[in-house]
Amino acid sequence: MYNLDITHAPDAGGHFGKFGGRFAAETLMQPLKEIEEAFYEAWADDSFHAERLDLLENYVGRATPLYHAKQLTAATGGAQIYLKREDLTHTGAHKINNTIGQGLLARRMGKKRVIAETGAGQHGVATATVAAMFGMQCDIYMGREDMARQMPNVLRMRLLGANVIPVDSGTATLKDAVNEALRNWVATCEDTFYIFGTAAGPHPYPLLVRQFHTVIGQEARAQCLKQAGRLPDVAVACVGGGSNAMGLLHPFRDDASVRLVAVEAAGYGLESGQHAASLAKGKAGILHGNLTFLLEDDEGQVQGTHSISAGLDYPGVGPELAYMFEQGRLELDATTDDEALEALQLLTRKEGIIPALESSHALAAGARIAKSMDADQIVLINLSGRGDKDMNTVFKALGWVENES
Amino acid sequence: MNSAIVDPSRLAAVFDRCKQEGRTALVGYLTAGDPDVSTSEELLLALAEQTDILEIGMPFSDPMADGPVIQAASERALEAGTHISDVFELTRKVRDANPELGIVLMGYANVPYAMGFDLFSERAKAAGADGVLIVDIPAEEGHICDAALKEHGLDRIMLLSPTSTDERIQLACDCASGFIYYVSLNGITGADMGDMQSIHEKVKHIKAISDDLPVCVGFGVKTPEQAAQVAEFSDGVVVGSHFVAHITQAENKADIRAALSASAASMRQAVGI
Repeated sequence: MYNLDITHAPDAGGHFGKFGGRFAAETLMQPLKEIEEAFYEAWADDSFHAERLDLLENYVGRATPLYHAKQLTAATGGAQIYLKREDLTHTGAHKINNTIGQGLLARRMGKKRVIAETGAGQHGVATATVAAMFGMQCDIYMGREDMARQMPNVLRMRLLGANVIPVDSGTATLKDAVNEALRNWVATCEDTFYIFGTAAGPHPYPLLVRQFHTVIGQEARAQCLKQAGRLPDVAVACVGGGSNAMGLLHPFRDDASVRLVAVEAAGYGLESGQHAASLAKGKAGILHGNLTFLLEDDEGQVQGTHSISAGLDYPGVGPELAYMFEQGRLELDATTDDEALEALQLLTRKEGIIPALESSHALAAGARIAKSMDADQIVLINLSGRGDKDMNTVFKALGWVENES
Repeated sequence: MNSAIVDPSRLAAVFDRCKQEGRTALVGYLTAGDPDVSTSEELLLALAEQTDILEIGMPFSDPMADGPVIQAASERALEAGTHISDVFELTRKVRDANPELGIVLMGYANVPYAMGFDLFSERAKAAGADGVLIVDIPAEEGHICDAALKEHGLDRIMLLSPTSTDERIQLACDCASGFIYYVSLNGITGADMGDMQSIHEKVKHIKAISDDLPVCVGFGVKTPEQAAQVAEFSDGVVVGSHFVAHITQAENKADIRAALSASAASMRQAVGI
């Protein structure tokens, strides 16, 4: 069912055009090379895929449905909206596709311990889940700010046996969690595998994360052809680092008729200075092992970001998305906090599906795009996760529960 | 004195001089602008008096390879409003007072990248720097900076670590000039020092490959005893977090300066035997 060819591969150094690469401290260069070699070896091994795809089918619950959201389409007007239901995966978000893949790689390499960074907590939960299944020790680095707004996920990780380590440095959000996980990995790389959660970081992570998530777009492509008899006109995904976006969009890259849209978090508005739109508002820079678009000041100091959604609250973006954007293959859109909240409520009321705040960014933009199109056209939106983890944030934003401090 | 036209191999001269004097070079680190630009100037000048090579840290928002002590130093410097122009100005002041001192600007790729490596190298050289150490630009990514550094006569200090294979050691040595900085442990700055015997063996191994290139050892050197041990088999001993830590341990500027000077003097004595 799945195409295992690696298309649009980076060069030998992990570069996508001028982006990507391996801008890592010397201590990590050899461990990264070992992961790269293990990945290519595993990817060429049928037994690796047999186990991976079996877990994806019988543990994760793939293939996830492609749902024609008729009520949402009627409420929006315009193109037919189809939702790729990654929210229905085990653990409630697409992140598990990648942690299964990297977890198998870690086991294959004989590593006894895994670590990960997490923003919204979904990647942390997905990592803790795989660690529990594989019997590995698991430490998750999470900004203290993010822990406060995603407490249900913190507790889930603990229940799964993971140790959640609060990060207070810098802005105490996702970027600082990555810093802290990298610091730990430098000291522990001999027995520890760093399960990187987004399509960023030093080579080979952008490639690994993309390859493990392409099941999303490959399924959606086949399902759309089967259900609608044609490809979508537009494919839409939200972008923080870019894991769900690369997963959905990559398999459509060679379909010239399909517009690919990345939706960034506009926070309080793109002109407010308080957002996480690194493609729209950033410039090329080097952070966390790769050259990509960053939100930074004139002197290269990385800036704090704002989004109502912890999973999008990151000042960088995957290098391959930066490359696709620069090449003109990727269109940008942006959704504010308020628009995301509205989209979350609209989908919930019209379809009985409560989406994650991250995915609500894609929904809001997808609906805007659909509105300007004809009824015989198709907009495919990646519903990357479910909203349970965000209820506290949503209830506060709606004024249903009291805002503390 | 015009520092811009001084011999580009000043670092080589430093190691030659130390060799002649029968001692190992002391390399000290402080973050520029920590805790503020004017105090930093005094501290850098004080440390320069005791060291052969001064590493001047360029503060960065995300110091991924640094432990809590140097992370905090970067945060203090940025909070105090330290700009890259201040880093160059501090460098110039240290250079003016210390014509023979080796000066290395140390930091992370994004700061020079944001300025552009050409302009960065030009300004670093004009300020009196001899070399540059960028933690997150390995030899493989040297294409973004090597030409600019070379054009402006700046040495590129390369890091090696316990995980470096022979292939990587060769790669780094081919790319490096000035000296090799051996990171004595798999970890971040300021961690506890690794086993001295294995550090010794790795340094010996690197020196066999590095040819004439001096090898300095750092990360985790906190006591004069450790410095003396490392001095026995290396060309230079790097002390960073231990010096930076004085900034939060003393009450006022004069006390910090006095503590730093005393600490640097005991380190200097330790490596001088």
